[in-house]
Amino acid sequence: MNIKKNDIINYYFTAQKIRNVELKIAKEYQKQKMRCPIHLSVGQEIPASAISNCLNKRDFTISYHRAHAHYLSRGCSLEKMISEIYGKKTGCSKGLGGSMHLIDLKKNFIGSTAIVSSSIPVGVGFAYSLKLKKNKNKICIFIGDASVEEGVFFESLNLAVLKKLPIIFLCENNGYSVYTNLINRQPKKRKIYKMAEGIGIKSYYFDSSDPIKLFKGLKKIIKNKISEPLFVEIKTHRYLEHCGPNIDDHLGYRKYQEINFWNNNDPLIKLEQYLIKNNILSQNSVKTFKDNLDIKINKAFLKAQNDKALTVKEFNKLLNK
Amino acid sequence: MKILFSKEVEKTTISIMKKNKSATYFGLGVTDPKGIFGTTINLKKKFGQDRVFDVPASENALTGFGLGMSLNGNKPIMVHQRMDFFLLAFDQLINNAAKWKFMFGYQKKMSALIRLIVGKGWGQGPTHSQNFQSLFANIPGIKIVAPSLPSTVKPLLEESYKDDETVLFIEHRWLHNVQENISRKKKFNKNYINNVQFLNKGVDITLVSWSISTIDILKSYNILKENNISFDHIDLVSIKPLNIKKIYSSVKKTGKLIILDNTSHEFCSIGSEIISSLTKIDPKVFSKKPVILTIPDYPTPTSYYLTKSYYKDQKDLFKYVYKLTQKKISYQRKFDEPHDIPDKLFKGPF
Repeated sequence: MNIKKNDIINYYFTAQKIRNVELKIAKEYQKQKMRCPIHLSVGQEIPASAISNCLNKRDFTISYHRAHAHYLSRGCSLEKMISEIYGKKTGCSKGLGGSMHLIDLKKNFIGSTAIVSSSIPVGVGFAYSLKLKKNKNKICIFIGDASVEEGVFFESLNLAVLKKLPIIFLCENNGYSVYTNLINRQPKKRKIYKMAEGIGIKSYYFDSSDPIKLFKGLKKIIKNKISEPLFVEIKTHRYLEHCGPNIDDHLGYRKYQEINFWNNNDPLIKLEQYLIKNNILSQNSVKTFKDNLDIKINKAFLKAQNDKALTVKEFNKLLNK
Repeated sequence: MKILFSKEVEKTTISIMKKNKSATYFGLGVTDPKGIFGTTINLKKKFGQDRVFDVPASENALTGFGLGMSLNGNKPIMVHQRMDFFLLAFDQLINNAAKWKFMFGYQKKMSALIRLIVGKGWGQGPTHSQNFQSLFANIPGIKIVAPSLPSTVKPLLEESYKDDETVLFIEHRWLHNVQENISRKKKFNKNYINNVQFLNKGVDITLVSWSISTIDILKSYNILKENNISFDHIDLVSIKPLNIKKIYSSVKKTGKLIILDNTSHEFCSIGSEIISSLTKIDPKVFSKKPVILTIPDYPTPTSYYLTKSYYKDQKDLFKYVYKLTQKKISYQRKFDEPHDIPDKLFKGPF
C-alpha cells in the first residue's frame, strides 16, 4: 500500500514532538515547579501519532491518565498543557485538573480522566450522541492494558457493539499496570484484542516496534466514516517509570531482555531512520525540525513558568459560575 | 381535578422530551409493558427507539454513557427501579458527573437527570429499599430532590432537567398511586430547588419531612388539628441545596422540631445535618430537644412480621408531638391496612 509522503512526515513530526515535550517535562520536573503526578509517554509516542494521522481533524478523542501523547497528537495546545501541569490559570483546565485532566475543545479532545476506565463509557455515550445527531465524525477512546480489566470496560464495549457506534478503541498495551506485569493480571494465553473480539467487536493487533507496518496497517483499516466500532491493540513500551520523570529499570520489575529490546528498537528512531533512508526527509531537515521544535517547546515552558495561577478571588468567581 | 403521581411523572417526561428534542430516556425496564411502575408507558412509541430504549444490566457504564451523551447535547433522563442498583454507578456519579465541570476548569457541562426509586414494603428487604441521600449529599456537584405530592412532580421534574448539574430525583415507590385534588386554576410553584414548601402553618411545633414521610404526616393532619396542635409542616423537596434559612425561620418561631425521615438511618442523616445547621445559626433556637425519627440502625428485614415496627408511624409521631408540646393527642387507631403495602390495591409480587 502506498503511503502519502506528507502523511508519513506528519506521523514522524508528531511522534518526535511528543518525545521532545515529554523529555523536557522529565528534565524540568526535578525543579519541583510541576507539582502534580505525571504519567509520561516517552516510548509510547508511536500509537497515538499513527492513529491521529488516520483520523479526521474533526474526529473526537477521549483519554486516560497517560494522555500527553494523545493530546499532542491531535494538535492540541502545547502551551495550555504545560501551563496546566504548572498549575497556572492559562492551563487548559485553569489549573484545576493538572496533567491528568487535559482538554482542548477546539481540537475535539473532550477530556482525559484519572480513574482507570472511567472515561470509556463517557466516550461511548458521546459516540451515541454523534450517531443520534447524524454527525459523520467518530471518536477515538484511548485505553491501556489494565483498562480492559475493569468491569466497565466490558459493559462499555457491549454497549458500543449493541448500538453500532462510530468508535475506535485504541488500547496501548505497555505490559504493565504500575509495577505489575500483564501475566499476573490476565491469563497468559488470552490476547487482549481477542478478548475484545469475543465481545463482538472487530479487532486488530499491531506492534509499535515496527512503526511503518503499524502505520500502513492502520491506514488500511481506519476509514473516513465508520458505522460500527473497532478495537485496535498496539504493543508499546514506556521508557520511564509509571508515574514520574525517572527511569526505574534498576528496580528490576521488568526483564532485562525486554528493556534491552526496546532500548535497541526505539520505534521513533526507527521511523526517523526509515524516512532518511528512503529520502523522504533529509538529515538536515530533520535537524532543522528538531531545533525549531525545541525552540517552540522552550518557549511554552518559559511562558508557563511566568504565567500566574488563579487568584483566590478568581477561583471563587469560577466556583459560583 | 384529580392528579395521580405516576401519571404526572409520565406527562412531564413526555413534555420534557417534546420541548427538548435531544432529550433521551433510558434505564432497565423503561420500555416494559408496566413502564416503571406506570410512570412511563408508551414513551418508545411516541419518541422512537433512538431516544427511548431499554438497556443491558450495566449501571456503571450506562451512567457514563448518559453523561457522555450530555457532553454533545443529548441530556438524558435515566431511571433505576431501585436506588440500591445505582450503587454500581458511583464512580461515574462521583468522579465524573459531580466533577467534570470542575476538573476541566468550568468549560464544559456534563449532567443528567437520574430518577432513583426507593422501595418499601412487600418484603423488599435489605437491598431493595435503601435511600442513599446522605451519601450523595456529601458530594459537591450533585443536587438531590425528592417529590412528595403529585403537584410537586411536574414543576420539580422540569426544573431538575433544566439544571446545569446532575440532579438525583428520589422517587419513593409508595408515592406512585397517590392522588391529589387540585383546582384547575392552581399555579404550580416553579422553583423548588434550594427552596422548601410549607404545607401547613402554625405556631406550636415545626414538622419537617420529605418524600413519603410528607405523605405520612399529611395523613395525620386531621388528628393533629382536632387536638388543637398548631404546626408548621415543611416539605423539603430540595434536599441539596438545603434552604436552612427557611427552616430556621420556622424553628425560631416554634422552638420545637420533629424531623420525620422514614427512608434512612439516623447517623449522618439529612435530619442530623438540619439540626447541626440550625444549631450553628443559633444554639438557642430549640426550646425543647430536637427530634429525628428515622428507621433504626440496622438493615431492613424482609419478613412481614419483622417490619411491623421498623418504620416510624403515627403513634411515634404523636408520642413526640405530645412530648414537645405537652398537648395530649387522642384519636381512634385504625387497623384496616397491613403495614407492608402502600394501599389496598397492591397485591405484589414486587
